[in-house]
Amino acid sequence: MSSARTPTAARSAPPVLEPGYSYASVTDKISSIVLMRRPPRVWFVAFGLAFLLVMALLYAVAYAVSVGIGIWGVKIPVGWGFDIVNFVWWIGIGHAGTLISAILLLLHQEWRTSINRFAEAMTLFAVACAGMFPLLHLGRQWLFYWLLPYPNTMGVWPQFRSPLIWDVFAVSTYASVSLMFWFVGLIPDLATLRDRAGSRIAQTIYGILAMGWRGSAIHWHRYETAYLLLAGLATPLVVSVHTVVSFDFAVGIIPGWHTTIFPPYFVAGAIFSGFAMVMTLAIPIRAVYGLEDFITMRHLNNMAKVMLATGLIVGYGYLMEIFMAWYSGNAYEQFLLANRMGGPYGRYYWALIACNILIPQILWIPKARNSVPVLFVVSVVVNIGMWLERYIIVVVSLHRDFLPSSWDMYAGTVWDWTTFLGTIGLFLALLFLFIRFLPMISIFEMRSLVAKVGERAES
Amino acid sequence: MAEFEHPGELLLAAEKAYREGYRRMDAYTPFPIEGLAEAIGFRHTRLPLIVLIGGLVGCVAGFLMQYYLSAVDYPLNIGGRPFNSWPAFIPITFEVTVLVAALSAVLGMLALNGLPRPYHPVFNDPRFAMASRNRFFLCIEASDPKFDREQTKRFMEGLTTHGVSEVDS
Repeated sequence: MSSARTPTAARSAPPVLEPGYSYASVTDKISSIVLMRRPPRVWFVAFGLAFLLVMALLYAVAYAVSVGIGIWGVKIPVGWGFDIVNFVWWIGIGHAGTLISAILLLLHQEWRTSINRFAEAMTLFAVACAGMFPLLHLGRQWLFYWLLPYPNTMGVWPQFRSPLIWDVFAVSTYASVSLMFWFVGLIPDLATLRDRAGSRIAQTIYGILAMGWRGSAIHWHRYETAYLLLAGLATPLVVSVHTVVSFDFAVGIIPGWHTTIFPPYFVAGAIFSGFAMVMTLAIPIRAVYGLEDFITMRHLNNMAKVMLATGLIVGYGYLMEIFMAWYSGNAYEQFLLANRMGGPYGRYYWALIACNILIPQILWIPKARNSVPVLFVVSVVVNIGMWLERYIIVVVSLHRDFLPSSWDMYAGTVWDWTTFLGTIGLFLALLFLFIRFLPMISIFEMRSLVAKVGERAES
Repeated sequence: MAEFEHPGELLLAAEKAYREGYRRMDAYTPFPIEGLAEAIGFRHTRLPLIVLIGGLVGCVAGFLMQYYLSAVDYPLNIGGRPFNSWPAFIPITFEVTVLVAALSAVLGMLALNGLPRPYHPVFNDPRFAMASRNRFFLCIEASDPKFDREQTKRFMEGLTTHGVSEVDS
């Protein structure tokens, strides 16, 4: 932030980096979390709990694979239950990471620097959790490779006109590109860790991963070009991924799914929930590791504003669904709406409106945006709200379709819940391992930031 | 190899060395510095072209794969639509385009940079570990036509106050 040097700018907004840091001190502070310190006791407790959930997940998955997905609550007419709800929820969470790292890079938003690495890792782990659900939902999971176009003795190919196959390509491309983007961003920091690691083993491992990076000016030049191009590619990709996810629904003819508003409304919802998740995770981590100087109130404030804006777009989506049900004059659409609001799942709908629309409006107040506890609570509430939204879209639309004789109720079983909570455990366990072994803030970008802010007394 | 404390000093030194006629040199910095690659005589990179080609290859291959499989090899009538129902092929064509372009960006960057490269002479200098922390280095290579052990060393000592060292290859 070049304007942060002028006193007026400094007064109006908190800085993206607290003053007094040099190239050396940002490097030492971030790398010491990985290299020097034993992890704080909180880390062991949190990782232990997450690991227990991972064990529960393994149990639930092994059970589902061995006896079949009849252990879940899905049955016709509700053939898509927790698995698809969780898939859409997780993949949406992932989108904020790409947004922060790619779109904000293209828009020259410097405040992204100290949260992008961490948000990208969150993307990867969220996509890993998301990817599990459709695969498990296949029923015969060991035949998952039938989804891919490979020459086979059956002589058949996937049906490329189906959004479900589009999804296979979209999600796998997204996972690969996110991984590349994250790894390319890590290379210079891995070199820093290689040069600063104390133990021989750490030096070797970081050294292999850094691939001999030496910070040559010509390398940096190509590196920045590659990084910018990747950001340019990831930006339309992230929009396309959730658009394709929404096609899974919008191409179907079920009332409540068959609408053209779905793609933009899903993308906004994804960013909304993703920022909420970044906030939910960043707030405790910055407190535990003392990173308040790097992840400042400015970051939290800006994320709150993005949440507010995307939350309003989501609200517009809800309003449009109501409007179109009325305006179309379609009896099934109108019934769906009445059933959503006043049917057996009505409570869920109103809880969703409260979580996603009403409560986040508190973020209009500057004081609320500057209060860490308020932000934490709101972000958790939004995460819950977005899960409810997907539940309503998937379950409530399916449970009462055109024929009353085929109506039925749906509820997740204990295995649905175990699998869902298990993926939360997997996500957190991966995140804790990441924090332990890799720099959670991009060190070289922080050095650039120090250079831009104007270097102060070298220690 | 000369050491510097500030990016500005290195940039000035690099420009001076280039004016002096040195061509085979490299600068090492802990973060990207604007204009430094140009200052040591690096003009442009072919990387964007590689990525463009990768994207086009992905685009054509993605579409042709779907066309061949759905219209030629195993034509399936889905709801009376034409076998070559191209609008339905666009999402996958787009995804494959992005995937191949991104792969060529990453692999192209690594290949042009000659990475992975486990050994490089500059790592022999014990001070060089600081290049990934807070120090900036300018290295004139012995293969430079204008390189002369004594003269180049004296020239470099005139550029910096933080020391000049010789790197064995």
